[in-house]
Amino acid sequence: MTVDLKTARQCYAQRLGDNALVLSQRLIELVADGPELEEELANANIALDYIGQARMFYSYAGELEGRGRTEDDFAFLRDSPEFQNLLLLEQPNGHFGDTIARQVLFETFYARLLDALVECRDPRLAEIAARAVKEVRYHLRHLSQWLVRLGDGTDESHTRAQASVDSLWRFTGEMFAGDEVDALLRDELDGPDLEAIHAHWRTDIAAVLDEATLSMPEDGWMDGGGRRGVHTEHLGYLIAEMQHLQRTYPGADW
Amino acid sequence: MTDTEWPLFEVFIRSKSGLSHRHVGSVHAADAAMALDHARDVYTRRSEGVSIWVARSSDLTASNPAESAAFFDPADDKIYRHPTFYEIPDGVENI
Repeated sequence: MTVDLKTARQCYAQRLGDNALVLSQRLIELVADGPELEEELANANIALDYIGQARMFYSYAGELEGRGRTEDDFAFLRDSPEFQNLLLLEQPNGHFGDTIARQVLFETFYARLLDALVECRDPRLAEIAARAVKEVRYHLRHLSQWLVRLGDGTDESHTRAQASVDSLWRFTGEMFAGDEVDALLRDELDGPDLEAIHAHWRTDIAAVLDEATLSMPEDGWMDGGGRRGVHTEHLGYLIAEMQHLQRTYPGADW
Repeated sequence: MTDTEWPLFEVFIRSKSGLSHRHVGSVHAADAAMALDHARDVYTRRSEGVSIWVARSSDLTASNPAESAAFFDPADDKIYRHPTFYEIPDGVENI
């Protein structure tokens, strides 16, 4: 399959929207279930930031497509094979350490990706990225502190944080395994260079893991498939819960 | 659970440059860095601030309400300590 630049841009925006939406839905599951009231609010704030980003990316994807699809159509009227988010983001919240590890692994990558997108020659993507990167930098500050506290905390928290990082590691390769859409964005619009971002990401992650007294897992077999709509079994349930209301009462509004 | 609860921090926020920090409330947090994050999330969601201070509540020493008469009443009849005899020029704000 070869894609033209316009389709690639739409697909790219849509994928970023999918990442943001799926992660926010995961985080929303923790609302009313946080370990502390204040942490609960911190988590909900992060989830809200991601919903905001998903809306901007989807709106742009809809405009590029030009068939009148709105952000809600993208969120609520597509089935899981049409979602092209990273598998890492659909993984269940697990315990608090799992949630933190998932987020640090992703947001460290995402911050670098957004930095690169700010410089790209798609003005809308650059604009959205400029706004999003400020939010993500704050998330990272907050989440990295947590990973350090857990890793460098008690023996039990250290062991569990290491296990969280180890078990999620196989989903990290996908972030840098671009396809032709990523290549087109990079070549035609000075978009993100995933190889360069991978190198930065390793340095960033090594630093936070080191501070957290955790060790960096070896790169083994890497999972993937999100860009092709091939997901782990967890996404279906997430989508079903998220879309339940719209599917039951089509067009429901408030 | 009392001994596992995070300590309390008092939160002070400066709403804009030039004003001073004001006490706005408190948050629970395990350490000062976390308290700063929590204060940001709880008290500046709607752009209420440009700067945040946090301090452990246990580090604050407060005056005793029972001694307030001895503490504060003697100042009541010293009207000359108030700058009420000056005219404030037009255009001076935040005084």
